[in-house]
Amino acid sequence: MSLAQETPATPVRPPIRRNGRWSAFSHLVTVRMKELKREPEVVFWVFGFPLLLALGLGIAFRNKPADVTFVAIVQGSGTQDALSLIERSPQKSSIHAELLDKPAALKGFRLGKYDLVVESDGKGGFQYLYDPARPESVLSRAEVDDALQVAAGRKNPLPTSSVISNEPGSRYIDFLIPGLIGMNLMNSGMWSIGFALVDMRQRKLLKRFVATPMRRSDFLLALAGGRLVLMIAEVGLLLGFGALVFHIRVVGSLLSILILSAIGAVGFAGLGLLTASRAQKIESVSGLINLIMMPMWIFSGVFFSYERFPSVIQPFIKALPLTALNDALRATILEGAPLATQAGRLLILVLWGGISFLLALRWFRWT
Amino acid sequence: MPAAIECRDLRKTYDGKVEAVRGLNLRIERGECFGLLGPNGAGKTTTIEILEGLLDPTSGEVTILGHTWQKNQREVREWLGVSLQETRLSEKLTVRETIELFASFYREPRSADDVLDDLQLGEKADAFVGKLSGGQRQRLAVATALVGNPRILFLDEPTTGLDPQSRRQLWDIIRSFQRNGGTVLLTTHYMDEAERLCDRLAIVDHGEIIAEGTPSELIERLGGHHVVEFEASGNSSDGSALDSWRGLPGVESVRHDNGLVSLTVREPHLTIPPLLDAVEKHGSQLLHLTTRQASLEDVFVNLTGRHLREL
Repeated sequence: MSLAQETPATPVRPPIRRNGRWSAFSHLVTVRMKELKREPEVVFWVFGFPLLLALGLGIAFRNKPADVTFVAIVQGSGTQDALSLIERSPQKSSIHAELLDKPAALKGFRLGKYDLVVESDGKGGFQYLYDPARPESVLSRAEVDDALQVAAGRKNPLPTSSVISNEPGSRYIDFLIPGLIGMNLMNSGMWSIGFALVDMRQRKLLKRFVATPMRRSDFLLALAGGRLVLMIAEVGLLLGFGALVFHIRVVGSLLSILILSAIGAVGFAGLGLLTASRAQKIESVSGLINLIMMPMWIFSGVFFSYERFPSVIQPFIKALPLTALNDALRATILEGAPLATQAGRLLILVLWGGISFLLALRWFRWT
Repeated sequence: MPAAIECRDLRKTYDGKVEAVRGLNLRIERGECFGLLGPNGAGKTTTIEILEGLLDPTSGEVTILGHTWQKNQREVREWLGVSLQETRLSEKLTVRETIELFASFYREPRSADDVLDDLQLGEKADAFVGKLSGGQRQRLAVATALVGNPRILFLDEPTTGLDPQSRRQLWDIIRSFQRNGGTVLLTTHYMDEAERLCDRLAIVDHGEIIAEGTPSELIERLGGHHVVEFEASGNSSDGSALDSWRGLPGVESVRHDNGLVSLTVREPHLTIPPLLDAVEKHGSQLLHLTTRQASLEDVFVNLTGRHLREL
């Protein structure tokens, strides 16, 4: 006898409608979107905060015309010569020289107010005081010496000329925006999935859902679906903002960028699912999520290049999912690299996401 | 016809040490309202969650309408409506959206408007769940259980913490579900709820059923339907005093609690006059005397020596 025939004859009340296969899924996605829209703090953190970061950092680190170097000239016999030489040199607009007595000059130099101290050596020449550990001090010495020498009459034997290259692509903001996109995808993936699930478990909402005929796979698919919808908005907003305000040139195709971001978003969703698989309290999962994300904020090249780190840890850094995502995003957005060339990085993301997902399925506490 | 819910020798042990359920046997017929009555920690929630298929038993069998949880889990869930203890539904959704969400999980649900009307939530349909009162939230929880058009309704402590009016409203809803042919299994620690709603009940304590039957059968077993309670000056609860109370006409059982002596009697008018005489002969004075109907609380105290609710 089939199950349908075995069931008790009449339902308790006559039903009104029949639901299709995907009714649960579509309702779950819609409900998630509605809840998000009605929570202004979440909207801020997911959309507003990255934009503010981009704006703030982009302005702070904007390319300024060649930095002016601050030089302290010690008052004494050769002072006037130093000053007039600098006045006559072609670099005079990038050298700001101040006259001070020796103690004040030394103190200013020590405190970083001045990059260089110039003192007359009493024999018609000059002595430089500089700090080889401070790049601006090293540069200052080179620049001031060059200025003084040329103004004093040096002739350069080799004919050279300079051309200015000011194209977008090499500015800090160009480096930053893809990093912020990657970081945002990680943040929202981990929090919106990881935190939300533990919250639902704590409120017994997960248990309540599981008591209905709702398929668990539909529930998980709805979470992923919601993530993808939001991903499009997150990426679009940051890229659009970068292009409009900072004139970033998006070289790669929008489709490649979205596909890449989708893989990143789903990968981090898997990781978020894994972190949420057992925790009973939102406090524990919050700690866990921060523990996982913080190394990546520092090491994965969000705000600065990870190549600054010692070469011995480079392979570990490159194996992190956010590093892979950021590198791939930069290659796609700034260089227009086709997705096929990013296969290695995509594989890293897929492995992190896929393995996390499989482990999560095994360990996940639904009740 | 298979029973609505049946379980045999149900056991649940946590971490090999805590025995929450110790060999429970139940058979609940279709169309019945069955109650699990017991104090907190008796194992009622564990039992009902095992029956709802949300918890795996350590051993024992469960069948729902003839089917087990191991096979066709999704099919069986189509016939059930479940209301858990203390579920916090999403506060940012409206009442209607919540009901429609749960409706979307079932193949043939009822319309949201119907359910809203039945549960008197119509005027709150577009209000956010976060703005509802306790009673309204409980009704919403039951609404989500009823929207799937279930044959069996599971309710875990449905009226805990509610004001009297909300409790009565929920009782009406449960009764009307049963009138339409539904089966109800509920857990409670309120004896008035058990007495009013349940056709039959099982009294549960420490993971075991210590008594089972209809409310009147259980009270019947006390021997008498009335309780005479009194307090007398001097020593009214020592051994000899208790013996003298026990010897009064019509007394079925005696117990005392902190100076308050309770006699289960058949007919108060047969017992009270001799009681007054006995107290006087004892040289004491009556400080307090009441008589009331025997309740399930008395049944429980009689069986375990404790109250259903630790006051």
